[in-house]
Amino acid sequence: MFKSVYNWIDERLDITPLWRDVADHEVPEHVNPAHHFSAFVYCFGGLTFFITVIQILSGMFLTMYYVPDIINAYASVDYLQHQVAFGQIVRGMHHFGASLVIVMMFLHTLRVFFTGSYKAPREMNWVVGMLIFFIMLGLGFTGYLLPWDNKAYYATKVGVEIAASVPVLGPYIADFLYGGDIVGAQTLTRFFAIHVFFLPGALIAMLAAHFIMIRKQGISGPL
Amino acid sequence: MAHGHNSNEKVVYVGDSRVKKSNHPNIPPDYTAFPGKSEAFIPNFLLKEWMVGCVVLVGFLAWTIAEPAPLGYPADPTNAAFVPMPDWYFLFLYQFLKYPYVSQDYILLGTLGVPGVLFGGLLLAPFLDTGKERRFYRRPIASSLMFLSLIACVYLTVVSWDHYQHTLEANGQIPEHIEREEKAREAAEAGKERPNYTKPAPVASLVDADDPAMDIAKQAQCVSCHAADLKGQGSVPPLTGVGDILSKEEIAEVITNGRNNGAMPAFKDSLSSEEIDQLATWLSKQKTAAE
Ligand code: HEC
Ligand code: HEM
Repeated sequence: MFKSVYNWIDERLDITPLWRDVADHEVPEHVNPAHHFSAFVYCFGGLTFFITVIQILSGMFLTMYYVPDIINAYASVDYLQHQVAFGQIVRGMHHFGASLVIVMMFLHTLRVFFTGSYKAPREMNWVVGMLIFFIMLGLGFTGYLLPWDNKAYYATKVGVEIAASVPVLGPYIADFLYGGDIVGAQTLTRFFAIHVFFLPGALIAMLAAHFIMIRKQGISGPL
Repeated sequence: MAHGHNSNEKVVYVGDSRVKKSNHPNIPPDYTAFPGKSEAFIPNFLLKEWMVGCVVLVGFLAWTIAEPAPLGYPADPTNAAFVPMPDWYFLFLYQFLKYPYVSQDYILLGTLGVPGVLFGGLLLAPFLDTGKERRFYRRPIASSLMFLSLIACVYLTVVSWDHYQHTLEANGQIPEHIEREEKAREAAEAGKERPNYTKPAPVASLVDADDPAMDIAKQAQCVSCHAADLKGQGSVPPLTGVGDILSKEEIAEVITNGRNNGAMPAFKDSLSSEEIDQLATWLSKQKTAAE
């Protein structure tokens, strides 16, 4: 049954090459921890992706309850944390996952750096990786404001004040982030939009580029 | 259609579409031809990865249940005592900007100069370190720069965290999310409801604002402290809604003898007992729900 449905679709769209291409790439011995335990360092990229997927999924569930306005934001997070079934787990996964993903990304970056994997012909992938790095930091910064408690409020205030001290561009950056003169209603909605739409969109585009390049070039060879 | 089933064409398409008709068999390649012990990504490798992934996921779930994600008190822009604290992975930058020569007059160096060079260098690493050698111990410059930056980041983070802990200690504060959890736990132990910081304060308005008692309130200068609309100001409580918390007798008592060492003055000498009674009767009717 499944096979004939598959064949019916495959006949029309020739989808086999699409997934065979992903499925059939070989995992060489030197990156497979089953053969060399030290090869676990090559897993950090995959782990980063795993946690990123968790972030995206838990984030999608969070937005079912979260309300991005200054009166209800805190209350909605509080409600989610204490009243909603499994709310604590969903919020906990997103909260601690945010730290975990940074740790994993950090370890992955160090692996790539110390194995010299950023060298020709993988320069572009390193640059894309760094862009992902900045996007991740941006996600961390904008997400921190959303619970709208004092910690969130003052961290954002200090952060934007630092950005505002940059000459020439600073005031524009501050204006863009604040949407006014203080951390307020506008800031919260902006940070929400940036955190939930702009940066994840950019992240997914960059991840696609990252993976296409890895697939095309294959993993770097043994040292 | 130009193509279709024209047998002269080498490529055969499906119907009038541009999808090539394929008859390559769906057989995965055999990895014995690859050097070393290569294996296919799907399913061989991915299955093992997923097993590890499941264990990680369960551990993570247990962690989120054991350790609830922190939440402090609602943001209060007028709170001057709060010690700002970014998330831990920004601490190195936060601490760095506190040093002289990268702050105040030199802030340009701190916000753009040093981070610009470091992050710029990281971004362009492949174009700065162009040698063929990949092993880190054969790339002393690149590796030692990275090691130095790592040590610096760890050091700055630790110093920043230490500083934060000391500031809290000096101010006699504990982080709000911990305090909040403590209070919730105490309430639970006392069998009370979890303190709720999210209930909007009920906005009471004056009931019977044209009652003659309002004129007494104006003459007796109640309004100078409790505000013209009696909604309170600063540390002086509102009188709107006071009927929810005090009875008529209690209000009369407060007006007659004052409270809190004269912060609320005694009016027994300046107002007659009829006037006080009139005021107390009227104020006891100031209930939120009375509308
Ligand atoms: C000098 C400023 C001042 C004036 C004038 C004043 N009050 Fe007060 N009033 C206070 C302060 C301060 C408090 C809070 C006292 C405390 O902390 O317990 C208070 C408390 C009260 C309360 C108790 C409210 C509560 O929520 O517990 C009542 C009732 C009250 N005032 C009525 C009056 C009336 C009626 C008048 C006019 C006759 C008046 N006050 C004039 C300062 C003033
Ligand atoms: C969300 C963040 C990221 C994800 C999900 C991710 C994922 C991956 C994965 C799965 C690989 C395959 C090899 C491995 O697992 O180690 C990889 C390789 C690579 N990554 Fe990332 N990565 C991320 C961020 C970064 C960052 C921040 C950098 C560096 C600036 C980077 C640079 C590279 C490079 C150069 C390779 C090729 C390495 C090689 O061929 O040996 N990536 N990435």
